[in-house]
Amino acid sequence: MIELDSVTKRYPGGHEALIDFSLSIQQGEIVFLTGHSGAGKSTLLKLIAAIERPTSGHVVVNGQNVGRMRRAVLPYFRRNIGLIFQDHKLLYDRSVFDNVLLPLHIQGVTGNDAAKRVRAALDKVGLLKRDKARPITLSGGEQQRLCIARAIVTRPKLVLADEPTANLDDAYADDIMETFRAFNQIGVTLLISTHDQALVARYGGRRVDLAQGRQVT
Amino acid sequence: MKSWFAQHLHSLKIAGQRFRDTPLATVFTMLVIGVAVALPAAFYVLLGNLERVSGGIKPQAEITVFLKNGVSETQGRALLASLSRNPDVNNARFVAKTEGVRRLEASGLAEIAAGLPENPLPHAFILTPQVQDAAALEKLGSLLRNMAETDRVLMDSDWIKRLGALMNLGHELVLMLAVILGLALAAITANTIRLQIYAQKDEIEVARLIGATDRFIRRPFLYFGGIQGLAGGLAGWLLVTLGGWLVQGSVNRVAVAYGAHFELTGLDLASSLLLLAVSALLGWLGAFFAVGQTLRDVETF
Repeated sequence: MIELDSVTKRYPGGHEALIDFSLSIQQGEIVFLTGHSGAGKSTLLKLIAAIERPTSGHVVVNGQNVGRMRRAVLPYFRRNIGLIFQDHKLLYDRSVFDNVLLPLHIQGVTGNDAAKRVRAALDKVGLLKRDKARPITLSGGEQQRLCIARAIVTRPKLVLADEPTANLDDAYADDIMETFRAFNQIGVTLLISTHDQALVARYGGRRVDLAQGRQVT
Repeated sequence: MKSWFAQHLHSLKIAGQRFRDTPLATVFTMLVIGVAVALPAAFYVLLGNLERVSGGIKPQAEITVFLKNGVSETQGRALLASLSRNPDVNNARFVAKTEGVRRLEASGLAEIAAGLPENPLPHAFILTPQVQDAAALEKLGSLLRNMAETDRVLMDSDWIKRLGALMNLGHELVLMLAVILGLALAAITANTIRLQIYAQKDEIEVARLIGATDRFIRRPFLYFGGIQGLAGGLAGWLLVTLGGWLVQGSVNRVAVAYGAHFELTGLDLASSLLLLAVSALLGWLGAFFAVGQTLRDVETF
């Protein structure tokens, strides 16, 4: 499902976030990206989501060469991916419900059908009772779960999560990991970056360790 | 088709929501646009009314043709008959030598008339032209001048020429004003849209990250621009209509003072619709340019 072939990403200014990096992920896998901050985890996720383009090498997702993708097809490509951001990127001017509704509107799903799917997604992350609340009134863990609900409401086959458990205490982190596991069981491919080695140790699964832009394990 | 409609309805809703979020700014922007629209519209209405007034005077233009001394009354009347058939001539009257003298006597110059050894006046015509514009009058004038029997032609068309030129100037000024203030309308819209895009920066970024097309992001702004233009146009229309209604009383008093009756006309239906359509279009265009430019600025990746 995801193929990276000797990918290098150099940012303007010369910093190399990834160096000659290769990785292959099959459909239905759950993969943890570990490493210190600055190791290149976020860059890797951005390359896969076509938020960044590789300086050299190939990034192929679902058979599509992401690095060469035209700007006009990017939106349609991104609709197949659920993105969970470290900083949530929630919209604070609208309710929890409307935050989750946004990706459906973008894809042209409206009305009752959309409302039903929003409620199902909120239910999955345990936020159904807070649907009218403003995101700013939610706790950190709830905001993270809201971000997850927004990522999965369009039923993507691939979910990329950047530090989904950062700044959360263990109980919340375990909650979220359980949610991910449940998605994985219905066939969703997950790529989760985290610097929390203990968490990965608790859950097991495939692990890719990054340091200074290279794979170490 | 259904989803296309739903998407547009959704964009429309977002645009409406943005108006409701900033009611005060919305009202002020509409007033500014309204004034920009009202100025050329008011001038246009003023000009239309002036033309109606001057149009009422025009038929009084007269052309006097003095015939050569040797031309007899019979010849003159025959010529008159042929001139009456000219479509440019509305009314033609023959003033014979003898009638000329009678007029002279009637106007209190009887003694002078009586002292003349013989009647020195030529036969003459007084024509009322059918046509009113300066060029056609000039054509008719030269036709009359070039007749073999004509001695002199007196045309009081100069003031018509001047009025026509002034009206033309007025039309051009209205057009210029409309273009300048139309640009202002587009610029005002572009500016509000620009500010809005910066205010919505987060939303645009998130929407892009989760698969929104440029069109999806652009659409609510375009609707916003169009609606703002339309509402501003409506405000301008109201200003003009209200203004006309307010000055109607004074206009009536002026007309009565001149012993006339004059009903001020406002914008007719076609002009009103055109005004609204152009305002909406300019708002949309302003939004279009602002969105294209600003979305590139806020592009984060």
